[in-house]
Amino acid sequence: MADQLAIGSRRGLRPALPLLLPAYLWLTVAIFLPLSAMAFFSFMTDLPLAGKEWTFTLGNYAAFFSQSLYSTLLFASLRLGLEVTLWCVVIGYPAAYVLAKVLKGRSREAIFLLVILPFWSNGLVRIFSWAMVLREGGILDTALNAVLPFKINIDLMYSYPAVIIGLVHSYVPYMVLTCYLTLQAIDDSLIEAGRSLGASRRQVLWRVIIPLSMPGLIAGAALIFVPVVGSFMEPRILGGRTGTFYGTVIEDQFVAVFNWPLGAALSFILLAVVLIILALAAPVLRRAG
Amino acid sequence: MRMPRLTAFLAATAVFVSAFTLAAQAAEEVHVLNWKGYGADEPWAVANFEKATGFKVVNDFFNSEQEMLTKIRTNPGLYDVVMINAAFNDQAMAGKLIQPIDVSKLSNYADIAKDKAGSPMLNHDGKVYGVPWVWGLTAIAINDKSFDKPPTSIAEMWDPAHKGRVIIRDDAVEAVQFGAIASGQNINDIKDMEAVKAKLTSLMPQIKTFWSSENDWNQMVASNQIDIGTYWSGSADRAKTHFKLPVSLVIPQEGAVAWLDAFSIPVGSKNVAGAEAFINYMIDPKFYVEWVTKVGAPVSANTKAVDALPEDAFNRKVMGSPDVAKRIQFQAPVTDEQREKYLALWQELKVNVK
Repeated sequence: MADQLAIGSRRGLRPALPLLLPAYLWLTVAIFLPLSAMAFFSFMTDLPLAGKEWTFTLGNYAAFFSQSLYSTLLFASLRLGLEVTLWCVVIGYPAAYVLAKVLKGRSREAIFLLVILPFWSNGLVRIFSWAMVLREGGILDTALNAVLPFKINIDLMYSYPAVIIGLVHSYVPYMVLTCYLTLQAIDDSLIEAGRSLGASRRQVLWRVIIPLSMPGLIAGAALIFVPVVGSFMEPRILGGRTGTFYGTVIEDQFVAVFNWPLGAALSFILLAVVLIILALAAPVLRRAG
Repeated sequence: MRMPRLTAFLAATAVFVSAFTLAAQAAEEVHVLNWKGYGADEPWAVANFEKATGFKVVNDFFNSEQEMLTKIRTNPGLYDVVMINAAFNDQAMAGKLIQPIDVSKLSNYADIAKDKAGSPMLNHDGKVYGVPWVWGLTAIAINDKSFDKPPTSIAEMWDPAHKGRVIIRDDAVEAVQFGAIASGQNINDIKDMEAVKAKLTSLMPQIKTFWSSENDWNQMVASNQIDIGTYWSGSADRAKTHFKLPVSLVIPQEGAVAWLDAFSIPVGSKNVAGAEAFINYMIDPKFYVEWVTKVGAPVSANTKAVDALPEDAFNRKVMGSPDVAKRIQFQAPVTDEQREKYLALWQELKVNVK
């Protein structure tokens, strides 16, 4: 019996190999090799360029622990990641629900298009258009003052809220798409059954819809949280003097001071922290799912 | 059947590639490494040079001095001309990245100001490792709309009237040296680091944002979001001349940081003659006047080039005045150790505003 199973699975794997090969080859060349090189750099005192001496060291990792600066920033970045993810859920989940369950046909296509439209524009263009909207005397300020009878002064640019707005705008489509897929897969008769058995709308939402769509919510949250924690472009452009985060410090190490080893070490610490958080969250989320 | 076709394909590719390489070598190229938008890549300048000499210019760019050093280190033989801030010339020479220049081949070299040409940063063991090109200041610039008459003191940046309308560059070395000037110290020998830190800490609440490129600065002024900030003299000139923005450079009475940019020839250059011709063209008065008029530029190290400007030109009248010369401090090389110390201080300041 066991033998038969083994043969069966081997038979399944062999024809699948040519299909898997391109993906794994690509992963090896494009992800694994550069990442290994970075891991290697993070243990060096200097880059191995012509004429430069280098030795192995743990100093780059020690730097993280010897200065409170890096942990403060990492904490700020984790908070940013949580806040952005939360806003994406608040905005993205209802939108996904309406798309999956309320709208049909043409109108669904149209709204869907609007949701994924930001994906088709360059990230920098999006951020700079926010800069035009948010600044004092910008589009938002002018528009509100034209409508409102009293004078208000809106200058959100170069502040923490501006960073949140820019990041939520960039990442909300991920949440909409992942939630849409799981919500759409929920059989309408389950909802009808719940209602006919006496559950209120709210009970149906909490006991049927949200649990069944949990995988989509989790996938969306992970897809958003991880890149936001390491983000550097949006904080730098929209955050002004409050825009220093863990990601911008890593960018500085690579671009401004050319200390690749320290930059690499900081990146791997971030990777480790994110993996630990995801690992800790996994059992809780699995139970919820 | 499959193999021969593949071989034929590879052979064809090889023939094409070598044909292209040959074609590329036929017209002699001068590979230039410089900041983007900094004179050497002006299309009219490249066209004039190519017409006059027959060499073809290939521009490449860097975003920081560290990147420039890495580029010449990792691509030996690729570049023929590289623009190096004099403060980094030492480091490049010590790393055996640049070679001595035969200045007798440069007809314009004799017109370079003696103090610039003789700078100990560019001359080692009686050999010239860098040809001074232009110099300028990291001073302050103002939005003309916010001032009835230009301020004279650096303390204006700390004036509560400008709260939230001040901008400085996101660069550790520049910020620390600016703090040194504000606290009355020598930028190349900062004795009281605490005073610098205190000065910069009290400046932080005034700041709107940090700039990193000329474009950032110019946009902030164009949308009237700032009053005053640190800026480079050449950039302020470009903002006024080329972009027609209400920007004026102020050289505060406390002083300003001065830098000298020079051209060098990397070790292993394949076209030294082309490099010499290009450098000579870059320090030529005709090129300089056109650069200043069309685009805006820092001050040429060539005295004849500066004299060719109109008498009331900023780069001649103000930058050339002995009064200014007394106030400014030329930037000396910064060691890696100092650089890291400055960066740590700068990052700490930025984190504390949160």
